[in-house]
Amino acid sequence: MTTPAPLLSVNNLSLGVVRSGHRPTVIVDDVSFTVAKGERFGIVGESGSGKSLTLRAIAGLLPAGIDALSGSVTYEGRDLFSTSSAARRKLMGPEIAMVFQEPMTALNPVVRVGEQIAEGPRRHLGLSRAAAMALAIEMMAKTGIPDPAKRARAFPHELSGGLRQRIMIAMALSCRPKLLLCDEPTTALDVTVQHQVLRLLEQLCDDFGAALIFVTHDLAVVNQTCDNLAVMYAGHIVESGRVKDVFRDPRHPYTRGLLDSAPDFDQPDRALVPIPGFPPNLADRPSGCAFAPRCIHAQPGCLVASPALESLAPGRSVACIESDSIFQGVPA
Amino acid sequence: MTTSAVLRVSNISKNYHVPSPILSKLRPGALRRESLTALDGIDLELRAGEILALVGESGSGKSTLAKILVGSVEASAGQLDYRGLPMPVRRGRDATRRIQMVFQDPYSSLNPRITVGAILAELLKLHKIVPRNEVRAESIRLLNLVGMQEEALDAYPSQFSGGQRQRIAIARALAVRPDVLIADEPVSALDVSVQATILELFTSLRVELGLSILFVAHNLAVVQHLSQRVAVMYLGRIVEVAETAELFANPRHPYTQALIGSIPRMSESSVNLELVLEGEPPSPYDIPSGCRFHPRCPAAVTACREIDPSLTAVAADHQSACLLANELPAFYPVATS
Repeated sequence: MTTPAPLLSVNNLSLGVVRSGHRPTVIVDDVSFTVAKGERFGIVGESGSGKSLTLRAIAGLLPAGIDALSGSVTYEGRDLFSTSSAARRKLMGPEIAMVFQEPMTALNPVVRVGEQIAEGPRRHLGLSRAAAMALAIEMMAKTGIPDPAKRARAFPHELSGGLRQRIMIAMALSCRPKLLLCDEPTTALDVTVQHQVLRLLEQLCDDFGAALIFVTHDLAVVNQTCDNLAVMYAGHIVESGRVKDVFRDPRHPYTRGLLDSAPDFDQPDRALVPIPGFPPNLADRPSGCAFAPRCIHAQPGCLVASPALESLAPGRSVACIESDSIFQGVPA
Repeated sequence: MTTSAVLRVSNISKNYHVPSPILSKLRPGALRRESLTALDGIDLELRAGEILALVGESGSGKSTLAKILVGSVEASAGQLDYRGLPMPVRRGRDATRRIQMVFQDPYSSLNPRITVGAILAELLKLHKIVPRNEVRAESIRLLNLVGMQEEALDAYPSQFSGGQRQRIAIARALAVRPDVLIADEPVSALDVSVQATILELFTSLRVELGLSILFVAHNLAVVQHLSQRVAVMYLGRIVEVAETAELFANPRHPYTQALIGSIPRMSESSVNLELVLEGEPPSPYDIPSGCRFHPRCPAAVTACREIDPSLTAVAADHQSACLLANELPAFYPVATS
């Protein structure tokens, strides 16, 4: 690779529930990707595809009962899974920060928002109480919150959803992290406010040079925000590449199905084509390709083994053994 | 036009009285927030056999209007006509039957303790839709109508996925053979691939059963695919109503233009990089004077602060509540590159 060492690399990561006497239930299976400095990387998938868990594994916030079964996450050459939790806490904030989906439950309801933002800079940057509060107010102003000095004294319940999400972003960026993890940050917001928040995220990531990992189920949001993306299905990455290329020329039947089933504002007359069937039960995974039971192109070979993610072109991979025959003749 | 309206709403308002906290009552000169205006003079008609989409931001009053239409909330003022006759405030069994609702969250709107068969049978018996010995056959017919099989009758709601539950909820609404369905964000809790199947189902209900459907939504791309007409709400008012294609091609209210500009796009060429709308909707406790959109409106002039515009026709079957509706700059919602 001619590109410099990536900021973050996730290598063959598997996550699941360990059950004594049984094989573990695998929820995220052999996921690998890298994120370069300043890159905006999207992970798209439906509920249960493992996209949020992958993000939480990077942040070290896996829910109780779900463990990393194998693989590693490397941040600037350091293996995060073997780092002590004390060292990891020092990393979270100044290096890696996270924005959650639901700003109401992610903020502490009994602490004023200014103090919540100031907590990170005080702990990690060693600022005094006054200096940290000044930084908090400055960050709030940067995120476009009107009258930040007054709003800093508000409690989360006194603010609207859009303002709360801005507080979350201000908090995440207050220590100038190099990597920002976003778990569906705009799903709970209205369209006009979503538009403002997305623009804000992009702009601040540019200003601070932060890389972004953006998890969402909304293809259109990824198209607006990210450079590269990975599509996840039932715990696997089924396709990855530049957003432009994948949208224009999907090479996995699931990606194609997702694009065909989502309403596109620019093509109002196109019929929506749903994907038949349901995602597999992860506790009882089929032996072959996880998508095969729902795939109209499935061949007997698809039921034999789970296809590996194969490189098609530099930066473009797909996990489908029939990809060439299905998409032959489609302009690249 | 008048004859084809199934439901007509005239000048409906809804205020909630919210007593201010006792301590602030004692403090002299304290701000009193006692009345919240959720709906303020709504006029709207739902025509026979159409899907009318109701869009707007949270807090604009979409759900309140939906609840007034099904009769679970009483309007403070105004009138609701069903097929030309006023709807009684206390609805009898027959009036209730005619207008049914499908809720947003299929995980909380189905009783988890009884089987799907029992959910449907309860309604069929109460409303005496079919003789008792035909209840099971009718339940199967309803399930088939929404694309499910007979086996579902003996299962509990928890055994189904979100999309299947939403189908059951639709079957339940259809059990009493209504004329009107009120659907409050029925697909926003579902995954994209499932969402498409439910949208398809709504279209087939309209085409095959001739149902009139009010579809409350915030996803404009969905609305564009599904509905025949669209009504845009802002802060308790309807600010624009038009046929779907007309509304998206030629929006005549700055708020509608901003909504359309904010839609996340799938194609690269039409990604909108302009920040189209500043700020957030004002509080319904304290509605701005004049046009309620003027504090956020990029086109506002002095008159907008004083005159509260009402819905007026700007073209055939297209109404907008904007003083400058005919002077707004041309708007190209779809990139023409």
